[in-house]
Amino acid sequence: MNITLEIWRQKDAKSKGKFVIYKLNDVSEEMSFLEMLDFLNNTLISKGESPVAFDHDCREGICGSCGLYINGWAHGPAHLTTTCELRMTKFKDGDKITIEPWRSKAFPVIKDLIVDRSVFDKIMQAGGFISANSGAAPEANSIPIPKDNADAAFDAAVCIGCGACVAACKNSSAMLFVSAKISQFALLPQGKTEAKERARKMVAKMDEVGFGNCTNTGSCETRCPKGLKLTHIAKMNREFITAKIVAEKST
Amino acid sequence: MGNSTFHLASITKKVIMALVGLFLVMFLLVHLGLNFTVLILEGDREIFNKAAHFMGTNLIVKIVEVGLFGFLIVHIIVGIVLQLQNWGARPKRYKKRATTQLSFFSRYMIHTGALIFIFLIIHFSDFYFKAKFTDLVPLITYDGKEYHDLGLLTLQKFKMGGFVIGYIIAFILLGFHLNHAFQSAFQSMGWNHSRYMPFIKKVGLVISILIPLGFTIIPLVIYFSEAYSV
Amino acid sequence: MIKFDAKIPEGPLTEKWSIHKRSVKLVNPANKTKLDIILVGTGLAGAAAASSLGELGYNVKAFCFQDTPRRAHSVAAQGGINAAKNYRNDGDSVYRLFYDVIKGGDFRAREANVYRAAEVSNQTIDQLVAAGVPFAREYSGYLDNRSFGGVQVSRTFYAKGQTGQQCLLGAYSGMMRQVAKGKVTMYSRRDMLDLVVIDGKARGIITRNLVTGEIERHAGHCVVLATGGYGTIYYLSTLAVGSNVSAAWAAHKKGALFANPSFIQIHPTSIPQLNDYQAKLTLMSESLRNDGRIWVPKKKGDARAANDIPEDERDYYLERRYPAFGNLVPRDVASRAAKERCDAGYGVGKTGLSVYLDFKDAIKKQGKKAIENKYGNLFELYYKITGDNPYEVPMRIYPAGHYTMGGLWVDYNLMTTIEGLYAIGEANFSDHGANRLGAGSLMQCSGEGYFILPVTIGDYLADEIKTPRISTDHPEFEKAEKEVKEKIDKLMAINGKQTPTTFHKRLGKIMWDYCGMARNEKGLQKAMIMVQELEEEFWKDLKVSDSAKELNQELEKAGHVVDFFGIAKLMIQDALNRKESCGAHFREESQTPDGEAKRIHSEYSYVAIWEYLGEDKPHTLHKEPLVFENVELKERSYK
Repeated sequence: MNITLEIWRQKDAKSKGKFVIYKLNDVSEEMSFLEMLDFLNNTLISKGESPVAFDHDCREGICGSCGLYINGWAHGPAHLTTTCELRMTKFKDGDKITIEPWRSKAFPVIKDLIVDRSVFDKIMQAGGFISANSGAAPEANSIPIPKDNADAAFDAAVCIGCGACVAACKNSSAMLFVSAKISQFALLPQGKTEAKERARKMVAKMDEVGFGNCTNTGSCETRCPKGLKLTHIAKMNREFITAKIVAEKST
Repeated sequence: MGNSTFHLASITKKVIMALVGLFLVMFLLVHLGLNFTVLILEGDREIFNKAAHFMGTNLIVKIVEVGLFGFLIVHIIVGIVLQLQNWGARPKRYKKRATTQLSFFSRYMIHTGALIFIFLIIHFSDFYFKAKFTDLVPLITYDGKEYHDLGLLTLQKFKMGGFVIGYIIAFILLGFHLNHAFQSAFQSMGWNHSRYMPFIKKVGLVISILIPLGFTIIPLVIYFSEAYSV
Repeated sequence: MIKFDAKIPEGPLTEKWSIHKRSVKLVNPANKTKLDIILVGTGLAGAAAASSLGELGYNVKAFCFQDTPRRAHSVAAQGGINAAKNYRNDGDSVYRLFYDVIKGGDFRAREANVYRAAEVSNQTIDQLVAAGVPFAREYSGYLDNRSFGGVQVSRTFYAKGQTGQQCLLGAYSGMMRQVAKGKVTMYSRRDMLDLVVIDGKARGIITRNLVTGEIERHAGHCVVLATGGYGTIYYLSTLAVGSNVSAAWAAHKKGALFANPSFIQIHPTSIPQLNDYQAKLTLMSESLRNDGRIWVPKKKGDARAANDIPEDERDYYLERRYPAFGNLVPRDVASRAAKERCDAGYGVGKTGLSVYLDFKDAIKKQGKKAIENKYGNLFELYYKITGDNPYEVPMRIYPAGHYTMGGLWVDYNLMTTIEGLYAIGEANFSDHGANRLGAGSLMQCSGEGYFILPVTIGDYLADEIKTPRISTDHPEFEKAEKEVKEKIDKLMAINGKQTPTTFHKRLGKIMWDYCGMARNEKGLQKAMIMVQELEEEFWKDLKVSDSAKELNQELEKAGHVVDFFGIAKLMIQDALNRKESCGAHFREESQTPDGEAKRIHSEYSYVAIWEYLGEDKPHTLHKEPLVFENVELKERSYK
């Protein structure tokens, strides 16, 4: 099939950037979306032009590197799919495909379609862990965890940190990402000890780095490639409210 | 308040919006109940006018009234601050944007909110301020005691087609606002429970329909019914 | 000539690690804060090491090429992590785990290391659970286990099909905690381009900042490589496309010997190649073989749809050939059996290069819900890529390049032949011999990172407490930086026609065809010439677009391909040298009459260790004899 691509090109963080149109012929239906971009880059290089830079690594939807805003959708039009898992079968001959980087004040563009998501690490550093030193752990089976809780914690833990929630949110809010970690640990007895403190610190960091506020619109939930749910945000809110109101003043 | 509001944690702001919002919903229900009494014409609108008088003079109600205004202002200020931050969080907008169908009205809370606010100003100057600060409201006497005849004022207004249309539009907007607001308040408070959330969403939907319906049915009845000619 | 000594502690096998732990030198807490450790690679091994070393008080500078450590390819390990907990009461023990790994590796691993890996496995599970890893649980609330290829007990802990992701995120969160405390400094989007050795000791690295293109110097008292494997040598593999050998290769060129480079595991259950544009192959977890049955039609070139082929016309060849283990034979055996069937003309699919993995019977017996609980996400992944629904039609699978058992040679302390240079995780050669068993890599990576390296590194650093902070102004840094810059300039200056990826693809094809699942002398010799020719062409016709002073993904790839040429030639040399079949290394000249691998223990019971003598010179071979005192050398049979 033949397609037209409209791609955001930006040389580096300081440059202004603009959309550039590329016509791409002989695209195979069997290509994945990123293989289509590889194919585009090949043709660009052979013409002496600069290839389009985009983040990608595992190409099987688990590392969270890739993330493109395709035709107005974070990760493209398919559901529960990362950009690398998206197939060209979702498009047809003659389509025009607009590709933009994630847009958020907290995710500045580095080059073309690559953005800097290091603020996610910063939020994790603020409290996204259980403070268990190596060697201090008790026998793994000494704390039974109800299967439902363990499963729920797993459902929260599948977040790949891709940032699609931020990209899709009209407010560029990172609450789904943050709440997934808070929720996962709050559901496990190991993580309960620090749950309140964790919620307080991670939320404070999230606010500090420039994400917007949640308005419970739910776009994040519909675009999350791993199917994380708004219930995690509610759980985070609960943890946060108890941390701020119910818990004793922290020193 | 503005600057410190900016510095409140995002979730704190959400919780404020939610609690205040839920309080305002309760007020709406009380106000609606009161409005219905205007349909009772017996004794020259005595019930409505007396109820309005009670609301305007009772000490406890007055205290609540101060709180109500305070809450309304908080709701507006925090809402605006949230919105400014949200706009600021994405300085460069997307060129192409597909819309998700989840909670459609949530996208327009600031817009519906702003329009409702304009309605409120008109509404206040028509009724509340008039009664409170001017002599423009006609008086009526029941059992030898003078009351503001707000009932008459209301009936007169509701006989004006343009006013009725504006009034109905305002309440449709309120319905949109409430449609997202009610369930959203529960989510913000962290009360999203797999078992009860579907019910809460239904209640939200019912409220967002019944409140505007209740409010708009009154002017419609008055406008179209001969019984309410004044 | 470089000397090496495995430094295996004296004493009985079961006591060696305890003896070693109580005899290694210690560094007191105040001195630890004066010592800097450079850690390259932040996958499970690296992240676990960073968190442990940070907790101990060392200053860790951690590097990764991804934008955050959480993306390292450990994230893609699916099936599970082994430990000898014996929660199932099925006769498991540390010894049995040790024995299974030794046997699974076809008796080509070091006993002491493997026993230690088995020993710390239990503690590792405790640690991961404490870190919040949501392993699967039973209704009792206790941890669940499943079985995996090559063993007859259930000792695999798992988190659906995302065990690697969950383990990595656990280690990563511990590491983030240390970053917050200032004990670990994270340098992401950095590519290590060279190792700096001063007076025989590893003292630093040269990196390229992948965002700005800047060449940077970083110094430390020692260097740890946790840079993973080089399965991407085949271009198409189950690895992340960014995985590469460059850091390990740079160390090798500076004097770190390389062990068993041709031992590279071909995973039996990957989604087959669909077309020529493909950038990678996607793994389907080995755990699927717990319930899936592998078969091909009994009739050659049978073109019927899978579901139209009646039961008695199906050849469940693994169950037929290996009745004791059936579909759960180790990976190398399963891969070769699939290749054998396809080569003989029984393969299915458009290309004839795939076999069926069928869940019909499992769904009938356990119900769709149970299967969905176990493998739901894998089925979805398969459906997304192929468009086939595995609940209704059998999956099609084919082997793909996966894991490198070979790697930098390390002693018992995980130190390479360069003093102060350590290699952990897949980057080293240590535990898996000639073939790795499923769920063994997460076990090794986390064990080494959390518990082994933090002990053994102290033994070296105890003597370094008087060494002041290493300065990056040392002439060796200057020299290394200059060399790196010259290499980049050389690549940029070729200005030919073909992209790095083109060369990588072509190299991968040669390696897959001649140094993949089956190897023979003639083929290997031919491949060596082909690789050399391709390499010459590379230096004449490479095209790298843009400049080196900016984010340039083509330049990154080009640099990696240069080193792939190096490791490719060494792999071929190693495969030529080892004229026996063992584990993943199958020399067609050495097989039993019924086509099974034939080990020649009398001649090849050694670790092949290769020394780099210079570009264009063949490597020199050294041998570390493998002594088996605690296991009986057996024909590795799964029949």
